[in-house]
Amino acid sequence: MSPEVTLLVQSLVSGLLIGFVFSLLSVGLTLIFGVMDIVNFAHGEHLMLAMYLTFWMWFLWGIDPLLSLPVVAIALFILGVLTYKVLIKYVLDAPMLAQIFVTFGLMIFLRSLAQVLWSEDYRRIGDTWVSGRIEIAGIFIGLPQLVAAIGAVITTGLLYLFLKKTRTGWALEATAENKEVAGLMGIDAERMFALAWGLGLASVGVAGALLATFNPISPEVGAIFVLVTFVAVALGGFGSVPGAFVAGIIIGVVQVLGGFLWEPRFKTVLVYAIYLGVVFIRPQGLFGQR
Amino acid sequence: MPALLAAILLLIAFPYLFTQPFLQRTMILVVMWSVLGLAWNFLGGYAGQVSFGHAIFFGLGAYTSTYLFIEYGVSPWLGMIAGAVVAVIVSAIIGWPSFRLAGHYFAIATIAAGEIFAIIFRNWKAVGGAVGIYLPIVRGDKLSNFQFHDSKIGYYYIILAMLGLAALTTYALERNRVGYYLKAIREDPDAARSLGINVTLYKMYAMALSAAFTAIVGAFYAQFVLYISPNTVFALNISIQMALVAILGGTGTLAGPIIGAAILIPMAEYTRVYLGGRAGGLHLVVYGLLIMIISVYQPGGLMAIYNQWRRKETAQKMQQAADAASAAREG
Repeated sequence: MSPEVTLLVQSLVSGLLIGFVFSLLSVGLTLIFGVMDIVNFAHGEHLMLAMYLTFWMWFLWGIDPLLSLPVVAIALFILGVLTYKVLIKYVLDAPMLAQIFVTFGLMIFLRSLAQVLWSEDYRRIGDTWVSGRIEIAGIFIGLPQLVAAIGAVITTGLLYLFLKKTRTGWALEATAENKEVAGLMGIDAERMFALAWGLGLASVGVAGALLATFNPISPEVGAIFVLVTFVAVALGGFGSVPGAFVAGIIIGVVQVLGGFLWEPRFKTVLVYAIYLGVVFIRPQGLFGQR
Repeated sequence: MPALLAAILLLIAFPYLFTQPFLQRTMILVVMWSVLGLAWNFLGGYAGQVSFGHAIFFGLGAYTSTYLFIEYGVSPWLGMIAGAVVAVIVSAIIGWPSFRLAGHYFAIATIAAGEIFAIIFRNWKAVGGAVGIYLPIVRGDKLSNFQFHDSKIGYYYIILAMLGLAALTTYALERNRVGYYLKAIREDPDAARSLGINVTLYKMYAMALSAAFTAIVGAFYAQFVLYISPNTVFALNISIQMALVAILGGTGTLAGPIIGAAILIPMAEYTRVYLGGRAGGLHLVVYGLLIMIISVYQPGGLMAIYNQWRRKETAQKMQQAADAASAAREG
């Protein structure tokens, strides 16, 4: 292949890989919104916490991120349920402004706490089981990125299966569709809400552990990923898991391709422009219902 | 009423009562953020549109007045007005298509728009790019220069005048038909629309007012700090802090943003100076915590808590008076 085409394919592959991670992040956010109409503005900070947890487990006890992944996922699941029970539960019936403010306050709180506790310094995880890169037909693929993408796809797939094939999953979707009727069917909305938050943040936990293998970690890292996640959720359709999955991939590819074809420093503008385009032209996104 | 007069007198006399530069600087910042909070309030508190992108107007005000000053020698006083005009135009362009977005969609859109502006200015070489612009120093400490070097008192009174203007505008809005329409729109846009209120038009008014005041403070900031860059004047943190002071103090009220600023800014300055380094972010930890608590228990902010307390006090007093009256009758 000629060098230009090689670079193009390289960008496409990179975009695809990171896109799968965006998908996982977006699925978590869209799940929460779909079930209870709340946008978690602190989503990025939850990712940041997951990444720090992974880091500290590696730094303090030498645990490889892939090993700590299940631990981080469970920890974030618990955090999600806790966040619901301690905070979100009380604003379910509050005006939308209050709902925005509460997760917004959580975002400020978590980000500043991280700054105070761990400083602004960037951390990196050194040698892990997945360090290194492989080469296929002249295309270089970072091993951590590949593993992250595979992990993200598997997790999204498992989540999707859970929603579609298990009774609890059906209950979750029923609550998302119509809380009152689901309640009449005997589904406890409270438990479903807590479950949504648990699963949503667990996905973030998995994504965080995977990202930590190659992405620098700092209190700001959440803000960097959260905007992309919002765009993907909007593009896919607020509340749609398949939509979030597809949109994440699209955003990943567009971002990297845009940086390669146009200018790297404008790739973020491209992503934001997508958001604005989606909400103005097709507010329900690709697969959304509202 | 007398308490209000005393407060105003204290504000006016402040720089002569407290002459330490750090105190004066902190007070200037408090007043500045009060104005910014009030500006945010026009859109967020009265029209009910939460924006996390107001740094756009702050930066536009700063850059417009600075650019006109450096390139064409235009006085920053006029540049400030020009900045407000630019901000209003941009706000109309952004607002028009955005207003049909509901709450959180709109909020996210403002974040996106804010970041786009920051990126544009970071890469715009003609206005300094990421390096920013240093404003030329003009000696003489004349009011017309909009620059003061021997003492900060000039800056203080300028920003205090802006606070007065913003406060009066908010006060007028509270009692004006436009203000009632905005509050109706905030509470229930559909009901307002069914009453014949042109929702989009009034939101545009609120947005324009909000943008203009923010831009004016942006121009003031440029003259105060004498250095602007995309990372300082288009920063997401500015947008966030504008919302913070208004939300904590109480959106939709006149005193709210002022109280919010009066609490946050000194807290921020003191933790930054005395704790420094990493713990310098401690005030934000406290703030985030306060916002969460406020959102759960009283989304109306501190002003709403205060009003609730006042009403309880009044009800209690009336009850006591009634009890005393009936006791007197029977006794």
